[in-house]
Amino acid sequence: MPDALGFYRTMRFIRRFEERAIELVRAGEIFSGIHPCIGQEAVAAGACGALDPDDIVLSSHRGHGHLLAKGCDPGRVLAEMAGRVTGIDKGRGGSFHPSDFSAGVYNSTGTVGHGAGIAAGIAWAAAKAGEPKVVLSFFGDGAVTQGALLEGFNLAGLWQLPVVYICENNRYATTLPVETAVAGTITGRGEAFGIPSSDVDGQDVEVVHAAVAEAVARARSGGGPSLLVMDTYRYHGHHTFEMLVRLRYREQAEIDAWKARDPLDIQAARIDPADRDRVDAAVEAELDEVVRFAVDSPRPDPADAMDHYYADGFRPRPGVSL
Amino acid sequence: MPKLSYLKALNRALGDEMTRDESVFVLGEDVNFALTNVTAGFLKKFGPDRVLEVPLTEQGFTNFATGAAMAGRRPVIEFQIPFLLLLVFEQITNQANKFLMMSGGQRSVPVTYLMPAAGWRAGWGAQHSDQPYSMFAHMGVKTVLPATPTDAYGLLTTAIRDDDPVVFFGPLAALTVREIVDYEDLRPIPLGSGRIHRSGTDVTVVALGHLVHEALQVAEDLAEEASVEVWDPRSVYPFDWAGLAESVSRTGRLVVFDDSNRSCGMGAEILATAVEEMHLTAPPKRVTRPDGAIVGAVPELDAVLQPTKEQLAEAIRTVLKSPGW
Repeated sequence: MPDALGFYRTMRFIRRFEERAIELVRAGEIFSGIHPCIGQEAVAAGACGALDPDDIVLSSHRGHGHLLAKGCDPGRVLAEMAGRVTGIDKGRGGSFHPSDFSAGVYNSTGTVGHGAGIAAGIAWAAAKAGEPKVVLSFFGDGAVTQGALLEGFNLAGLWQLPVVYICENNRYATTLPVETAVAGTITGRGEAFGIPSSDVDGQDVEVVHAAVAEAVARARSGGGPSLLVMDTYRYHGHHTFEMLVRLRYREQAEIDAWKARDPLDIQAARIDPADRDRVDAAVEAELDEVVRFAVDSPRPDPADAMDHYYADGFRPRPGVSL
Repeated sequence: MPKLSYLKALNRALGDEMTRDESVFVLGEDVNFALTNVTAGFLKKFGPDRVLEVPLTEQGFTNFATGAAMAGRRPVIEFQIPFLLLLVFEQITNQANKFLMMSGGQRSVPVTYLMPAAGWRAGWGAQHSDQPYSMFAHMGVKTVLPATPTDAYGLLTTAIRDDDPVVFFGPLAALTVREIVDYEDLRPIPLGSGRIHRSGTDVTVVALGHLVHEALQVAEDLAEEASVEVWDPRSVYPFDWAGLAESVSRTGRLVVFDDSNRSCGMGAEILATAVEEMHLTAPPKRVTRPDGAIVGAVPELDAVLQPTKEQLAEAIRTVLKSPGW
């Protein structure tokens, strides 16, 4: 497991990676925008820190932190977000749907809640093959009102599959407060399927790590799935387009209250200030290289637009025949 | 030589592929007891890990299959009702079929979606009688619609071996079709390869699925009036446009006999492509379902809501009588 400084470093990297990415959105290097995970870094760092390299992560639309914490190459992740051919998916997954099989990140679905059943299938196949792998399936509070998520829970609970479901409850599904969307509780949804479920302080990386490590150990030893509901918060909007439209669905006092429990500050209090300064400087230097790599990477050739649609190389007919 | 039914061909193709390749497994509702007979004898032969009984959770088990495929397996999902394919339209078209592209070619999702009783189901009502193959072609999902037992065997084999998602429509009205075969002759049939069932020189009838058999009867009935070629695309996506162009280049006239709804169906696509890209000497016609639904509960209403042999004969005569454009 990472030590106290290691957890801090991962979170600091994710925080500054996202802030640099937002600069690239403003500069037009990242087309359209991203879903930043600033404020939720402890969930990604603590959860992925509890995994072995061969374990598998399924991410969501707010997934950059998961990818970085799981060990994807940061330059290739940023290049992916910027639509460059050097990206982990040659630019075709983008910020929204990245996957990187070399790092065990299988999928990031944009259809909220649909990763749960996919996670069950991956876990079932791995278990039947005798591979001691665990699948970590991330989703947000917006997913818990989706039937497909609950169908995934049912299969994972029924067949006792090695999946750890992690709900990042950041309080809002876009603009909708969780209290106005969810009947009952989120943990109650897991318990209904016989899945051990608990609420976790998602702002303290060491608390997150301990909870996930316990669930991973249970899954790996054949004890079946878990559901962990991380209480967390995103400081930014749902998507960077909110910088333009200036939606006001949260009170500033609420945002400030969450920032008072900033995950980086909580962890920084556990390390030597001199170490923190050294890590911060190292992260900045590495991100300079990451940004340079992404921005300097070539953009794709439009002639290749229909590559990779089919495994046998079949190409659809073009949109016009002249 | 033995007589092979369409249904038995599905059972045989799936069983042969499960024997040949251990990564192939079947999942679905009532597969352990082989409600549809497609998996008859499988539980005993392959065991419950490869004949995976699932609860009524179509979106859940379709996503589950996507995950299993990402992890190296080749799932075959058996669906009992055609519209269930639309309940999982997102899971097939948006998750499985886009994944190879979205991952930059890293990993494909080799799932076969087997619908062995597609189309009108007498007395089972409106919700069990659809024929939505055109919708999968519209979304660029590989989709096959074989008419005969030999083609069913060959195309199910190909679908399972294909590295992409493939939807297999077995028309209910074709399941009892039997064919004398030599089992040694059964082999995979490539996607996108059409078949001439009856050669002719005056008009090409493109017939899809079980309508191939009805088109052959009409061609025979009209034999003294006209020489009708009956051409079957066998897979609707990819589609054998070159094969169709070859047939039309000889006949110059075209009628499509299609169990899709009329708007945006395969019939519309075939006519549009033929008019744009092929040399037709007269305006073509299509015979399809109307848009909406088959009643499914009243035989005399159901009959007029589906393409009929009488409509086909009339369309053929109209196209043949046309003086041209």
